[in-house]
Amino acid sequence: MTVPATVAELVREFRANGRIVIVGASLAGLRAAEALREEGFTGSLTIIGDEPHEPYDRPPLSKQVLKGWVAADHTKLPRLREVDAQWRLGVAATGLDRAARQVRTADGEQIPYDRLLIATGTRARQWPNPDEAALDGVCTLRSRDDAAQLQKALAAPPSRVLVIGAGFIGSEVASVCRELDLPVTVVERGSAPLVGALGGVIGEIAAEMQRDHGVDLRCGLGVSSLEGDAGGHVRRAHLSDGTIVDADVVVASLGSIRNVEWLEGAGLASGFWGVGCDAGGRAFDINGVVTDSIWVAGDVARAPHVLYEYQFLAMEHWDNAVLGAEAAAHNMVNLEPHYHPHLLLPGFWSGQFGVNIKSVGVPPFGDEIVFTQGSVKERHFAAAYGRRGRIVAAVTFDHGKWLEYYGKLIEQSGPFPPPPPGWDQPGDMKPIPAEFPQPGVPTAIPDVVLTGHDPSERRAEFRSRRR
Amino acid sequence: MRVAVDLNRCQGYAQCVYLAHEVFRLTGQEALTYEPNPDDERRLQVERAAAACPVQAIVIDRLDGVEGSATS
Amino acid sequence: MVEETPWQQALRYANRANPYPFYEELRRTPVARQPDGTYVVSTYQEIVTLLHDPRVSSDIRKLPVPVAAPAEGSAEAEPITEAVISLEPNIITQDPPEHDRDRRMMMPHFVGPPHSPHLISDLEPDIRRIVDGLLDHMQGKTRIDAVDEFAYPLPVTVICKVLGVPPDDEPRFHSWIETALDALDFGPEAASEEMQNRLAGGRRAVEEFEQFAAELLDRYAQQPGPGMLSAMVNEDGPEGGMSKGVLVSNALLLIFAGHETTVNLIAHSVLTLLRHPDALEKLRHRPELIVPGVEELLRFESSVQFWHTRSAMEDIHIAGTTIPKGAPIFLAYGSANRDPKRFADPDELDLERRDNQHLGFSQGIHFCFGAPLARLEVQVAVGEFVRRMQNPRLVEDPPPYRHNQIFRGPRHVLVDIDGIRD
Ligand SMILES: Cc1cc2nc3c(=O)[nH]c(=O)nc-3n(C[C@H](O)[C@H](O)[C@H](O)COP(=O)(O)OP(=O)(O)OC[C@H]3O[C@@H](n4cnc5c(N)ncnc54)[C@H](O)[C@@H]3O)c2cc1C
Ligand code: HEM
Ligand code: SF4
Repeated sequence: MTVPATVAELVREFRANGRIVIVGASLAGLRAAEALREEGFTGSLTIIGDEPHEPYDRPPLSKQVLKGWVAADHTKLPRLREVDAQWRLGVAATGLDRAARQVRTADGEQIPYDRLLIATGTRARQWPNPDEAALDGVCTLRSRDDAAQLQKALAAPPSRVLVIGAGFIGSEVASVCRELDLPVTVVERGSAPLVGALGGVIGEIAAEMQRDHGVDLRCGLGVSSLEGDAGGHVRRAHLSDGTIVDADVVVASLGSIRNVEWLEGAGLASGFWGVGCDAGGRAFDINGVVTDSIWVAGDVARAPHVLYEYQFLAMEHWDNAVLGAEAAAHNMVNLEPHYHPHLLLPGFWSGQFGVNIKSVGVPPFGDEIVFTQGSVKERHFAAAYGRRGRIVAAVTFDHGKWLEYYGKLIEQSGPFPPPPPGWDQPGDMKPIPAEFPQPGVPTAIPDVVLTGHDPSERRAEFRSRRR
Repeated sequence: MRVAVDLNRCQGYAQCVYLAHEVFRLTGQEALTYEPNPDDERRLQVERAAAACPVQAIVIDRLDGVEGSATS
Repeated sequence: MVEETPWQQALRYANRANPYPFYEELRRTPVARQPDGTYVVSTYQEIVTLLHDPRVSSDIRKLPVPVAAPAEGSAEAEPITEAVISLEPNIITQDPPEHDRDRRMMMPHFVGPPHSPHLISDLEPDIRRIVDGLLDHMQGKTRIDAVDEFAYPLPVTVICKVLGVPPDDEPRFHSWIETALDALDFGPEAASEEMQNRLAGGRRAVEEFEQFAAELLDRYAQQPGPGMLSAMVNEDGPEGGMSKGVLVSNALLLIFAGHETTVNLIAHSVLTLLRHPDALEKLRHRPELIVPGVEELLRFESSVQFWHTRSAMEDIHIAGTTIPKGAPIFLAYGSANRDPKRFADPDELDLERRDNQHLGFSQGIHFCFGAPLARLEVQVAVGEFVRRMQNPRLVEDPPPYRHNQIFRGPRHVLVDIDGIRD
């Protein structure tokens, strides 16, 4: 047999009888499983998820679920087809042995695989002081159980809610509180809400929006400590400026942490940044060399993006999980040159304070912003982000029908500022600095070091710098 | 039954809202929210809504009725 | 004589029953400049792109040149669009922010308040009753005209009720609309003496129609009544109200758009299903297919074949062509909906077609305002027609067509039947 024929035979054999394990049974995991079957994979498929629930959708949690309109367990994801898999739900993967090709689980099993998909996503960063975090009424929001708990707390109703961190989830929580007519204080260390994602110019608009809706918004401040009552229920927070906020529900929305701990020691390019992979979802090992049997998708993946100078981007958004999973699944059962790249133009949406905020591209990649359509005053506008004379992202407030236009400009590396619209021009169309904060220094960085002298022996190694 | 809206695709045309307002709602002019697991009685309405969406953003479960198949 | 472009040929009355071969040729040049300087866009992707391009205006007053086709011989064709679409802007010929504001103001009167937009779904029993009545009325006949006896009366009755237009006035505005539509021509026949004569009549008809709408609105201003028009006159929302002229213009648009298109879709649906006995049979056995089926019919025989009021506000580079600033742009929805690059086997009727993101109602901010109503009417009407007609057979194929090119539809669809089920 010729080499190509042998390879083709191997692929056929793998599709028919191979073993695939998916770790992470949420959006990316489910969509990957469906796509594998759609691709004609008939071998054994095992899906390991540490949550006891079948895959559910998260975006409704911070919106309709918190509002009390939809029950937290009414968020099950629609299935696109039968997957015929072994579902190991409520069991965490605790380790990966790449040499033996096995995933270790919390209940002590070793599950063998020929190909593995890592889709373990992220979790909410907890309030850093464990005693304070354990107080009743201190919540985070990532899972369906979190949402059920927080919804109940909001329905009590509390005298005041304190939201720490005004990213998307924090802002959406604050919005729901106002819709429920609950007093809410938002404390944000940055200069305005959403600054990390959309920059200071848009952040300022988001800040006004919050204040107009009666949010007690305090920016440029941190929360130094939380204080509980004798019964162990949170009652107040001390802010970094010495002021005190009385609140009986505290939502810590401090961003996310990628679920990579179970990969420790496996020799993959995994760390606080996620799991490094190529644009087709193939995981990199610790040396930055691509692996043949391990794939990554969803929030936990970090891959280079052609439109953004091949920088490694993690896109913690819904469509990235869906499309990344589909691309990875396709590539898991195909060979070069039939790989599909996952070349998604990133995008997200957020509904808050009655406004639909949408974006395409990577706003923080830009350093300038220009308003292109509509009226900022009416919060009904489009704006574009640019860097070195090309458009890299756009954001709309209640102007979603136009986003597609900017998406196309970004894909074509169009000019910045973009050509002006024929009508409904905002008053001032001069580009201004977008005001993104300096990238913060992450905590607990594992340093990667190089060992060995001989070029053929040189290897990367993690030296974890745990606090 | 189970539904999801790909809100990246959704452009807020509200066609779904007019056809099944117990399941799909707008907050403000354009921000869509919905009941992801509506009662089965709503099926016809939801199917009408999904067919009417100008950008085909509404995903309906294709396995409905095969309960438990996801976790069996 | 210079050879006619595919677009000009598609517009010839002789080709009204089947413009599709010309569209196919047309799509070879996705953005095709016509001799009169109009740019006709015939492919799906390019139309969607332009529908979302803020450098494209829908405001007819910004059009620098008449949109009517030039004369075949010497006589200049007159700009007729203005005569047909009244001089005051309505939402279909407005750009943001006015468009968005006025559409926002009109919407609640049509669908109901934002938190419970139930008006359209509430109409379903009425629509069923009207459809039943029309079909019952045909009992005992062996030959019917699916246009005059079925497709026409339903939408006109419904829109009168929704808007609050007295049904007794129907014969009057029906004739104005017909006259105006017959006068509109974008093709090589526009310059013919006959069309020029029709044009004058069309103008008069629009004026009278406008007068009629203005008087109706005045009456409602003095004495509020049922329906959307009265609500538009009397109930200002948080953003205030519209000027009288804009109100009249939008009223005209609603009365007109509210039924002409729907008539053609019902008529075309009947015609198409009778031409595709397999599909008809399938629908009879699986009535739930009417929901995706109507979407397919919207794609297959688009009631709005193209729209003609757009123009470029800047030079726009698209599909290897530059549409120069100021040029009129026609978006040929009827062609895009048959674009093989977007739809697999576009000339096949597939009631279960997946991924059927057709442009029958357009996309972007001018997406059809009346779509939920139109869908409901057509689903009920065609669904019941299929269920109740016994052995329906097409008498004449192709049937005679109306003159109008945008609102393309059969003038009559004669059908022989064995009877009508209960
Ligand atoms: C409240 C909220 C609101 C959101 N709103 C929006 C929005 O409006 N727009 C938008 O674009 N995106 C939104 N997102 C983001 C979106 O939900 C995520 O991008 C998406 O869920 C990512 O899917 P995923 O499958 O990659 O990861 P996840 O959904 O995080 O799933 C990973 C799964 O793996 C499990 N897991 C982790 N470690 C292990 C292990 N060791 N063993 C077994 N299982 C493990 C986790 O428990 C989890 O079930 C929101 C997210 C949240 C939480
Ligand atoms: C099958 C029936 C119908 C079809 C195929 C149809 C099609 C269309 C199309 C293609 C447009 C966009 C035109 C453009 O390119 O700008 C449109 C706009 C419009 N339609 Fe319809 N229509 C139908 C029924 C109705 C009904 C029943 C009503 C009224 C109740 C209506 C009212 C309108 C209005 C007001 C607009 C302008 C919207 C705007 O510019 O914002 N239509 N329609
Ligand atoms: S019809 Fe489609 S685009 Fe419109 S609001 Fe519903 S989901 Fe969004």
